[in-house]
Amino acid sequence: MPPIIEMRGITKRFGALTANDGIDFSIEPGEIHALLGENGAGKSTLMKILYGLYQPDAGEIRINGQPVRLTSPAEAIVSGIGFVSQHFALVPKFTVAENVVLGHEGSRTLHPTAMSTTVMETAASLRLLIDVNAIVGRLSVGEQQRVEILKALYRDCKVLIMDEPTAVLAPGDIAALFDILRVLQGRGMSVIIITHKLDEVFAISQRVTVLRLGKVVGEVRTQDSTPAALAQMMVGRQTVTVARNTDHRRQDAVKLDVRDLRLTDKRGGLRLRGLSLEVRGGEIVGVAGVAGNGQSELVSVLTGMAAPDSGSVTVGGAPLPFRDPKAVSRLKVARIPEDRLKGVIGDLSVQDNLMLESVEDFTRMGHLDRARIRANAEALIRAFQIKAAPTDLARTLSGGNIQKIILARSLGHAPEVVIAAQPTRGLDIGATEYVHQKLLEQKERGAAILLISEDLEEILLLSDRILVIYEGRIAGTFAAQDAQIDQIGALMTGAHPHA
Amino acid sequence: MMDSILVLMGAMLRIATPILFGAMGETLIERAGVLNLGIEGTMLLAAFNGFVAAQLTGSLWIGLLAGALTGGLLCLLMGGLSVTLGLNQHVSGLGITLLASGIALFAFRILYGGATTPPALADSFQPLNPFPDTILTPVFEQHWLTYAALVSVPLVTWLLNRTTFGLRLRAVGENPEAADTAGINVYRMRYQALILGGALMGIGGAFLSLAQLGAFAHGIINGRGWVAIAVVIFGNWQPSRVLAGALLFSGVQALQLRLQAAGVALPYELLLALPYVLVIAAIALVGRNISVPAALLKPYRREG
Repeated sequence: MPPIIEMRGITKRFGALTANDGIDFSIEPGEIHALLGENGAGKSTLMKILYGLYQPDAGEIRINGQPVRLTSPAEAIVSGIGFVSQHFALVPKFTVAENVVLGHEGSRTLHPTAMSTTVMETAASLRLLIDVNAIVGRLSVGEQQRVEILKALYRDCKVLIMDEPTAVLAPGDIAALFDILRVLQGRGMSVIIITHKLDEVFAISQRVTVLRLGKVVGEVRTQDSTPAALAQMMVGRQTVTVARNTDHRRQDAVKLDVRDLRLTDKRGGLRLRGLSLEVRGGEIVGVAGVAGNGQSELVSVLTGMAAPDSGSVTVGGAPLPFRDPKAVSRLKVARIPEDRLKGVIGDLSVQDNLMLESVEDFTRMGHLDRARIRANAEALIRAFQIKAAPTDLARTLSGGNIQKIILARSLGHAPEVVIAAQPTRGLDIGATEYVHQKLLEQKERGAAILLISEDLEEILLLSDRILVIYEGRIAGTFAAQDAQIDQIGALMTGAHPHA
Repeated sequence: MMDSILVLMGAMLRIATPILFGAMGETLIERAGVLNLGIEGTMLLAAFNGFVAAQLTGSLWIGLLAGALTGGLLCLLMGGLSVTLGLNQHVSGLGITLLASGIALFAFRILYGGATTPPALADSFQPLNPFPDTILTPVFEQHWLTYAALVSVPLVTWLLNRTTFGLRLRAVGENPEAADTAGINVYRMRYQALILGGALMGIGGAFLSLAQLGAFAHGIINGRGWVAIAVVIFGNWQPSRVLAGALLFSGVQALQLRLQAAGVALPYELLLALPYVLVIAAIALVGRNISVPAALLKPYRREG
């Protein structure tokens, strides 16, 4: 059979950057095809071209052998292409049914009952479980993703593009998603799944195309390949070393002691319900959990941004004052913030960002000591391999380099405690690797590290002990050597481990 | 007693008419994601153009059409600035109010010189009186445009909630990215909302010069556009509640006019301020569960 979609010689430039460079890519009917590559490899750009969101500078797209020009999503939809973005394109205030029919209403007036029925029928025919009259904003992330899939199917899509669909899901939801994709495949649909996770490639796809720096570096049948081979293609290095924490023996004194934190948010919701934990020197404690179970609030308290209703935090025996970031950094608590773009000031230079948390060390009689600021920056840029000049504006840097600025600032001055919140979210493999190495170095130094991450793999890789956070308290503790991923997954979603 | 209540109700409906047209127009535009602060100037220039057109042609209908067209065109300009160019909506809107007011006053000077008594139409819209010589006369003796303003409320509700056009308009005001990926032309939807809403505002302005006063004066709008915006917020962007807001304001306005006329022993400035104070208080009270269109004030740009 001919490919249902063929992209030939696709090139797309953004200014000086060539995001896609002469890419050939094709999809067979009824296959699940993984599009693999690091961040910035050009995967999303290629798929946005296929969905009519971007126009290629060169190249051609054929659908069922016919050359087409897709200048808008509307045209892509008519051609049978569906796209589920990482950032869901849903209207939170609308019902599921309204979101599904939007743009394809079929008549000039709306008939709510008929609309619900049709959407319900479409969902049922594909075994998608969803309440079509629910307000989308109140659904879980997994359910919202199902609405997105339903939207594409309602438009009679033949090829469904899914952009990093598992990034936002809990382990249980990932299995459910894969089941749905297999049902679609059974109906003869093709699915393109954009990912940088190798285990997913092997779990679901039949064929895989690997992109690196905007070019295709390989296209193989999944069963003919190995994770190591694909990883090598993806990063382009001979050996992929994975930094991993193997030495769990160290037992220093407790450096960070959190006791019975309770916190109510502005809307009156209980966000922390008696959360306790401790981290010893030379130990990495990983906090696993689905987003929104109190992680952000815990980090806010520990970094001096919020005060709990009750509870205490001590750092090396000294009580940690609440809502006083200055005092927190004086106790040598370093923080790697959840949202790295809020961790730097984009319109300030790299050197100014590097001294931001200790301005008074760089002032003389109220004036900034430019020479010392520059010297500090040069030393840190060298030590942390930041690819930038001291005077470059922070916003012109890549995500990986911005994260290096944050690491340099927080880890550069020998911290006692490190609060690392989602330290590698959105970073590519190389940058992730780098962050992991730096955290392990701090462990070696004897710092106590609290790692809060939604990436379970990262937690398993780095932690000496793993805590599972659920609804504002610690639902379970595992030593690294006997951590069971299915047990952790169950606790993350509120199930009782031994029930 | 009964009589004066009925008279008060009649006055309330009369006062509410231009505010209601403006507020329905503004509701449509804001639900599509555009805050149109050009409303005050738009209503003024529409009142003026409607008046001039009626005077030149001798036809009130052509005057009304000119008012609606003026509203639609000024909102088209608003779209050019805030939708196509993506400029700040506050600045664009205030700019249009200043521009439109300036044009109206300048053209007034050219056409009527420094006339001290406002120029009047020989023949303006006359009120209908469906229940002559009954106790209901003071309530129902209204211009047909007042009835039209009231009818516009269920019409706008229906348009927003029961038509494809309305679903798309709301989608564009809540999440333009979602609308765009669903194949809806965000810009076109916003322009359509602006033109339709602008026409309603224009009719609201023209009502004053062609029906209620039958004349044009500089202060003819006198803040009614701003009140319309406040009423939209009060009504939580829902037409039926916007109507309630408009009636509340007009009711208090009618009452304070009666009290002034009756010579109540209060400074008249206090009475004049009463409806505005009330609107502010009401917004502060109901402001808690507001559901502002999520994309209001945000120009839409497709990334990349």
